Amino acid sequence: MSYLAKPKVHHPSLKKNALGLTRRDYEGSLSTLCAGCGHDSITAAIVQAFWELEIEPYKVAKFSGIGCSSKTPAYFLREAHGFNSVHGRMPSIAAGAGAANRDLIMIGVSGDGDSLSIGLGQLCHAIRRNVNLMYVLENNGVYGLTKGQFSASADPGSTSKRGEVNSMSAIDGALMALTLGATFVARCFSGDKAQLIPILKAGLVHNGFAFIDVISPCVTFNDHEGSTKSYAYTREHQIELVQADFVPVREEIEAEYAPGSVQRVQLHDGSHLNFRKVAEDYDATDRDKSYAYIRKCDEAGEVATGLLFIDPDTKDMMEQAQAVPGPLTSLRFEDLCPGSEALEKLQMRFR
Amino acid sequence: MRDQTNDFAFKIATANGTGSASANGLIMQAIFRMGVPVTGKNLFPSNIQGLPTWYEIRVSKHGYTARTPIFDLMVALNPATYAKDVAEVRSGGWLMYDSTWPLHDELIRDDVTYIGVPLAQLCNENFKGVRERILMKNIAYAGALSALLGIDPEIILELTKEKYSRKPALLDSNQKAIDLGRDYVHANYDCPLPIRLQPMDATKDSILIDGNTSASLGCLYAGATVGAWYPITPATSLMEGFKGFCQKYRVDPETKQNRYAILQAEDELSAIGMVIGASWAGARAFTPTAGPGISLMGEFLGLAYYAEIPAVVFDVQRTGPSTGMPTRTQQGDLMSCAYASHGDTKHICLFPSDPREAFEMAVAAFDLAERFQTPVIVLSDLDIGMNDWMIPKLTWDDRYRPDRGKVLSAEELDAAKNFARYLDVDGDGIPYRTLPGVHPKGSYFTRGSGHSKMGAYTEDSDEYQEVIDRIARKVDSAADAVPSPVILHNKGARMGIVTVGACHAACVEAMDLMAADGLPLDYLRVRGFPFGDEVRQFLEEHEVNFVVEQNRDGQLRSLLMLETGVPRSRMQSILYYAGFPLSAHHVVTGVTSKLGVLV
Repeated sequence: MSYLAKPKVHHPSLKKNALGLTRRDYEGSLSTLCAGCGHDSITAAIVQAFWELEIEPYKVAKFSGIGCSSKTPAYFLREAHGFNSVHGRMPSIAAGAGAANRDLIMIGVSGDGDSLSIGLGQLCHAIRRNVNLMYVLENNGVYGLTKGQFSASADPGSTSKRGEVNSMSAIDGALMALTLGATFVARCFSGDKAQLIPILKAGLVHNGFAFIDVISPCVTFNDHEGSTKSYAYTREHQIELVQADFVPVREEIEAEYAPGSVQRVQLHDGSHLNFRKVAEDYDATDRDKSYAYIRKCDEAGEVATGLLFIDPDTKDMMEQAQAVPGPLTSLRFEDLCPGSEALEKLQMRFR
Repeated sequence: MRDQTNDFAFKIATANGTGSASANGLIMQAIFRMGVPVTGKNLFPSNIQGLPTWYEIRVSKHGYTARTPIFDLMVALNPATYAKDVAEVRSGGWLMYDSTWPLHDELIRDDVTYIGVPLAQLCNENFKGVRERILMKNIAYAGALSALLGIDPEIILELTKEKYSRKPALLDSNQKAIDLGRDYVHANYDCPLPIRLQPMDATKDSILIDGNTSASLGCLYAGATVGAWYPITPATSLMEGFKGFCQKYRVDPETKQNRYAILQAEDELSAIGMVIGASWAGARAFTPTAGPGISLMGEFLGLAYYAEIPAVVFDVQRTGPSTGMPTRTQQGDLMSCAYASHGDTKHICLFPSDPREAFEMAVAAFDLAERFQTPVIVLSDLDIGMNDWMIPKLTWDDRYRPDRGKVLSAEELDAAKNFARYLDVDGDGIPYRTLPGVHPKGSYFTRGSGHSKMGAYTEDSDEYQEVIDRIARKVDSAADAVPSPVILHNKGARMGIVTVGACHAACVEAMDLMAADGLPLDYLRVRGFPFGDEVRQFLEEHEVNFVVEQNRDGQLRSLLMLETGVPRSRMQSILYYAGFPLSAHHVVTGVTSKLGVLV
């Protein structure tokens, strides 16, 4: 992906986190996306989330496929390894990397073409496998790099910039993830940082695959009247089902909530999420109810957002594989190779 | 009449899914335990139950392991293939059949001796239940065969005991079935036949093993920790073998946790992606597949080549194109592996000829992949991978340590001024790499798009070309690191045989036959790609080189032409690609017919 080097200038008054790092330390090179691109807002939110979580950048591995969205890992965490793979196949790369070194903090960034068309299979199976990966789908309903074709998330009846009407049904990533057994499903709007940042933080801490569908308007090819992924449309139709506050392990619970209005979910590492319910009868830990509620919103022409579902007590891929703790890459060769004596002995079987 | 003691072949025709595999294995192993060299070829259908299947056993005091198309004895137990099976016995040979039912007149040949054994009747009288009767019928024919061929009954008993030591009921019924077959034959025929066994001492340093199992052992011993795969015939048993060995040798004795991860992927695209991801993160990772998988992996193999990420792939070749014949063997993927993926690519390939080399080359593949930071494809085939071969015992040098290549540690990075991923620091074409999660200074962006030697994205012509030229140099330099070719010079030879992989067994036997007939030949078997210079030299030294391989289009010959520049006219193709393992007969008739034209 193309990028411009970003000058590393630190303003002395920039706030530092517990590691002594400022937000600038979590940035990457300058974005070469179009001015006003929703993806850049997501990048900014990602920078903020990592900074707030006080994660050492080099412990992170960034993955992406191909497309505008997949360029963005170059724009955050310059001190983390990045892997811009082939179109639609990022989940398998991340699964392999996670198998080799389960201590990596993994983030994947993809788009709707990358995830819902060419890479639909890999996305589905990474969800099933519960790869310990935060997967951000930057969803704009359009193929940007090839200049404006409909993607699989384009809603039926919506129009392209050239006025063509999409006749096919849309794939809703969040609903699909729910049916596949995803353990963390969220939908956000790139223009709503306050909502996005805590969800990203929770997704990073979640033990397993965290699927975050972010409506991220394409200012160049899909921000017109007739689009259902434009800034205007999303702002008008977004309804926030739950507001999630991420509370790290060491922080006291300070916020006060009206009784009965908060649902509390503990995450893998002891941190937790407080859901402030906007929709009263919403339960983000009930898969079926979540599904039904989102469907109902769809039918009403509303875009349901928030942390839609979470199952915090799951086994990720490596736990399912019953692997030893820590990276497989750190095992000593002597603990991997049985040696000549064992080889001599085991060959009795072949005589 | 020639003495056929310890020198004959027989074929057993059954329907698959009836349990005949264990009977065939029992016979084979018993012959092996008598110290007599033996090999088996399983010719099986792409099916689970009910279709014709054959098992060929060759006994060779000379130690020849290639398939032979001449059968002294046919054990015809599948009425569906009677006609074909009767026709395949050599003149003067024998045919054993189940005489519970009479044979049709048209199946009677004057030049073949028929041995009727009422297997079904014997088993119906002595066993209860349909399933047991069917299973024991197989064991009964093993018993009958043991009498006809003179297999030591003590060894049969010993093997049966070993197999059923934990299932006494099964031991009893197996022993009873063996006795039924053997006693009937002893009572009704002169035993043993002229094709007979006599104890030798030629197998004590050998094992009987298939190449998928030995390759999986290679992966275990090389220290592979991540295996990703999509099941496909004939590669499936490689990962299943690895899993079995890991369950035995890679489980923490205290915590019962695994020192490995096996990921069954949704397809081959994902399987190779996982291997690349795991290797990128520093694990030794591999995937076993067959031709259709190689086709699917094309895009990712190009990424690993260009982004310089190790990956080990086993291609257990089967008959193509397309789905082809999944349970038949071929060497049809030479070209598609050597240059897999779009754009300019070239991949290191290793060509084992038998299960022993499959073991050794599995280990070598990981070392080469990490040293050259590129995919390595081990091209085995169904014949090597799924048939039981007699090979010298596998050995292991405990001093072996993996060659992890140029990977910078946290300490090295800490001490370094800066790090550039694709810079040719040492002038050998191999840059340094870093692993994620190790050190902030090691970070870089891995990409399949244009990049400069510093690791940055580029669309600059010079920067692009500098990297792609260095990669070409790097991969070409692997010619000196891959296993060197096997070269045999024979006195008086003016022509050469050039071959690859599992053709070896048939070629060496054919060369003995032709030398005995006054036609000595030199021999070269390539074991790695890119080819070393000795390959070009050999081709140039010989006016005529017979290139023996198992595909229709002469892919090895094409590769040799492309890579060595030796003209086509020096190379005569001898091809066999019908799906069964190559025999010396194919090679001899191939050479003779070419010579007829050349003279």
